Amino acid sequence: MINPDSVGRTFVGADLITVTQSHIEAFASAIGENDTSVAPPTFSIRISLSQYESILTKPEIGVDWTRLVHGDQKFEIFRPIVAGDCFTCSATIESLRVVAGNEIISVRSDLHSGSELVVSSWSTLVVRG
Amino acid sequence: MIKVGDILPEKVFYVDRAMLKAYADASGDHNPIHQNEEFARSVGLPNVIAHGMLTMALVGTFITDWAGGSSNVKAFSARFIKPVIVPADERADLTVSATVTEVVGDCIKLDCVATSAGIKVLGMAKAVVTL
Repeated sequence: MINPDSVGRTFVGADLITVTQSHIEAFASAIGENDTSVAPPTFSIRISLSQYESILTKPEIGVDWTRLVHGDQKFEIFRPIVAGDCFTCSATIESLRVVAGNEIISVRSDLHSGSELVVSSWSTLVVRG
Repeated sequence: MIKVGDILPEKVFYVDRAMLKAYADASGDHNPIHQNEEFARSVGLPNVIAHGMLTMALVGTFITDWAGGSSNVKAFSARFIKPVIVPADERADLTVSATVTEVVGDCIKLDCVATSAGIKVLGMAKAVVTL
């Protein structure tokens, strides 16, 4: 079970995450996107999901990542991500509920370049009971 | 002139195991349910399934193609209601269409429909684009 005390907490990644043109091109190539002048709209999941994994699997939070499925996803893109962007990523555990034995975790991710908020995204993650 | 009720032409994407591997590498999501049939079955899935985010990303390319590039997508959301099942040595279809639901100035809202093998795989798939 996820620790209920973690709800409402925000975790700021210690490292700056730099986006390179080769990251954008690999992602675009995998999905058949022709436009590589900026990142595809869902590109930021690459950053957010890995941060969610590192946070939620901490022993004090206790999510079993192997039992996790993705329920829904939303992006608000204030400007497109481009090569050379250098982000701080903060993740917030917004809510937790248990439905039919499954834990449903709502998390939010904000990518800032300096003080500029570039992308906010929300994910519902389901840990199957 | 784009107006509410306009329907974007349907497009069919094909998803195979090679695409799942490429997406896993590009996205960093190496969950074995998207790669390993034995593992997928061991956790109760019918076969290897596509990443929900790959399904969403393919719908994203449908939108960016219509909207004239990724820069024009301002918001995008979807629920993952059914998996896209990808057997070995086969390709699964992902059939995508969209309808214009709102036009305010240069801001357009779209409702997208995505099916695989005739089954709806995304729910509430919505995008906001500016043209």
